Amino acid sequence: MKKLLLATAIGALMAGAASAEEIKMGMSLGFTGPLESMAPGMAAGAEMAMKEVSDSGLLLDGSTIVPVQGDSTCIDAAAATATVERLITAEGVKGIVGGMCSGEAIASLQNVAVPNGVVMISPSATSPALSTIEDQGLFFRTSPSDARQGEVMAEIMMEKGIKTAAVTYTNNDYGKGLADAFAAAFTAKGGTVTVNSAHDDGKADYSAEVAALAAAGGDALVVAGYVDQGGSGVVRAALDTGAFDTFVFPDGMVGQALVDNFGAEIDGSFGQNPAAEGEGREKFLEMAKTAGFDGTSAYSAEAYDAAALMLLSMAAAKSSDPNVWKNNVMDVANAPGEKILPGELAKGLEILNGGGDIDYVGASSIEMVGAGETAGVYREVAFDNGEMTVVGYR
Amino acid sequence: MDILNALVAFLNFVFIPAAAYGAQLALGALGVTLIYAILRFSNFAHGDTMAFGTAITILVTWGLQSWGVSLGPLPTALLALPVGIAATAALVLGTDRAVYRFYRAQRAAPIIFVMASVGVMFVMNGLTRLLIGVDEYRFDDGARFIIAVRDFREWSGLAEGLALRSTQALTLVVTVIVCAALFWFLNRTKSGKAMRAYSDNEDLALLSGIDPERVVRLTWIIAAGLATIAGTLYGLDKSFKAFNYFQILLPIFAAAIVGGLGNPVGAIAGGFLVAFSEVAVTYPWVKVAGYLFPGWQPGGLLQLLGTEYKFAVSFVILIVVLLFRPTGLFRGKSV
Repeated sequence: MKKLLLATAIGALMAGAASAEEIKMGMSLGFTGPLESMAPGMAAGAEMAMKEVSDSGLLLDGSTIVPVQGDSTCIDAAAATATVERLITAEGVKGIVGGMCSGEAIASLQNVAVPNGVVMISPSATSPALSTIEDQGLFFRTSPSDARQGEVMAEIMMEKGIKTAAVTYTNNDYGKGLADAFAAAFTAKGGTVTVNSAHDDGKADYSAEVAALAAAGGDALVVAGYVDQGGSGVVRAALDTGAFDTFVFPDGMVGQALVDNFGAEIDGSFGQNPAAEGEGREKFLEMAKTAGFDGTSAYSAEAYDAAALMLLSMAAAKSSDPNVWKNNVMDVANAPGEKILPGELAKGLEILNGGGDIDYVGASSIEMVGAGETAGVYREVAFDNGEMTVVGYR
Repeated sequence: MDILNALVAFLNFVFIPAAAYGAQLALGALGVTLIYAILRFSNFAHGDTMAFGTAITILVTWGLQSWGVSLGPLPTALLALPVGIAATAALVLGTDRAVYRFYRAQRAAPIIFVMASVGVMFVMNGLTRLLIGVDEYRFDDGARFIIAVRDFREWSGLAEGLALRSTQALTLVVTVIVCAALFWFLNRTKSGKAMRAYSDNEDLALLSGIDPERVVRLTWIIAAGLATIAGTLYGLDKSFKAFNYFQILLPIFAAAIVGGLGNPVGAIAGGFLVAFSEVAVTYPWVKVAGYLFPGWQPGGLLQLLGTEYKFAVSFVILIVVLLFRPTGLFRGKSV
């Protein structure tokens, strides 16, 4: 009995001594599904930022962060909604890094996060639909909207003198959003989209789809698909039947796999994908190496930034209540203020605790525009002699 | 010149792909129809039997490739095919012993066999996935093209290109050989005649001293051979992914039913009919029409159905045939 009393007394003392709390942060990423190879790298990035903040002991009087993982499946909106529901109602998370893919992100945001007033920052959902969604200031993303990519792609094509193009996209929110954004931008610049049709992933044979694209014709074929999925199948069939010689590849297609699959066959084709360059990214890659994971894995840097932004915003708002700190995200992400790179989160927290202002640059050169998404820097690549070369950034 | 261009576009985008696809369906439908004729049930596990056979063939192909064995311009998978067929035959004979023989002894209704085959399908499905995984594999090697687009354009000077992949030609040649061998076996050999007799009238066949278990075994072995060959050709021509073999079950059944279940000639005709309908209905004819009628500029693509609805074509054919000619075009055994 004595012991119990003593323990209770000590407990009461400790609780009174500081207002430190244990803040749970959710992650709704597609640990299973068509992008399962990317999810672990993203989770590692986000957890690295959380650990950095926990270790510094500077957030809200020494609060610690506990990451909680949830599987969004990437394609199953119902499963993602259930996951986010669990994170918010059962785990009581104060913010969520996710969703991973555009479709499930929209569903879980509208059905769970907005009604419950919890902020979601997605590292990788790029559909233009998310720019205009009714989010009550609760949704941000550390990746650019595909509306921007559509414009960049149209610009590059115009500069190369391509005036007509056929478009094929993977049959989901990402593909459709990107294809429509491109078609609008390309038409506005005076180009003609001869056909804008979908292809389904996971089929053995794309000759029928390619036959339809070939019948419509065009100077080039825009393939808004996935390189490990139907995108490569369409390119293969188009090359085999001689339907198109020049291809334009958006972010889902640009990768080493494309070069491995087609080599010199796609010479003269080109593409672009969001990729930041600079000091922040290099620093992040170094930190990732020390932490034991591959920082170049797609959207890993963006996931680190998403988590860091949430925690810095909490410090700025001096509260872990998402409905309070949601108003600080834009201030923390943008100028004016001291520039904060990866690994400098402690410095950022110190400045914020002192009432100062910071401009979070992070691993992916964060600059928030519009409805809370990054403006985006795109890397332009060209394929020559069976190799992918970086032409420049725009 | 314009007529030639129209012809080449038609050959390149409709005729050649549909012919190769039709041949693959025909081989698959032959297996289904044979089992229906002799064992008297629709074998839903046929698609996954194809997947299993192809998976074994791929594994053996990889082994051969690692030893440096190749067939020159032909794909190495042809060498691995006999091993694939043997393994698949062993699997289906084992399945027959473990599952179907029990129901045969009970003289169970065909629908019970069909349901049992659905169970077998799921087991084989899992087995194939355990064996080789769920990913997509390409295992074609050797020469890719017999006629390449660029060469054809230079040679002919036409605006349209023509491509003939070696796997497409191989599919057609192998299908002709396999069909000829099958019909020779069924019509000329004693075992083949025994199978046909058993199919026509089980009791009379038993009276004339035909061993029913032997006929059943032969049927399974032939069906396993057809399934493995069809699956391997399909995988060579397109790509191997375990799930896709489950999906082509529908067009295969459509082909077998259109031709008349239980009728081998019908299965072949049905395979080509389904394949040509699928491709022709989803192909936009605007380019061909543009060449044929230079003065006419149609606004749309002249496409009857979007390519997403390809499988719907098999459904429609199936329904129409079942409505107006339930026994199929070639008078199979009515269900």
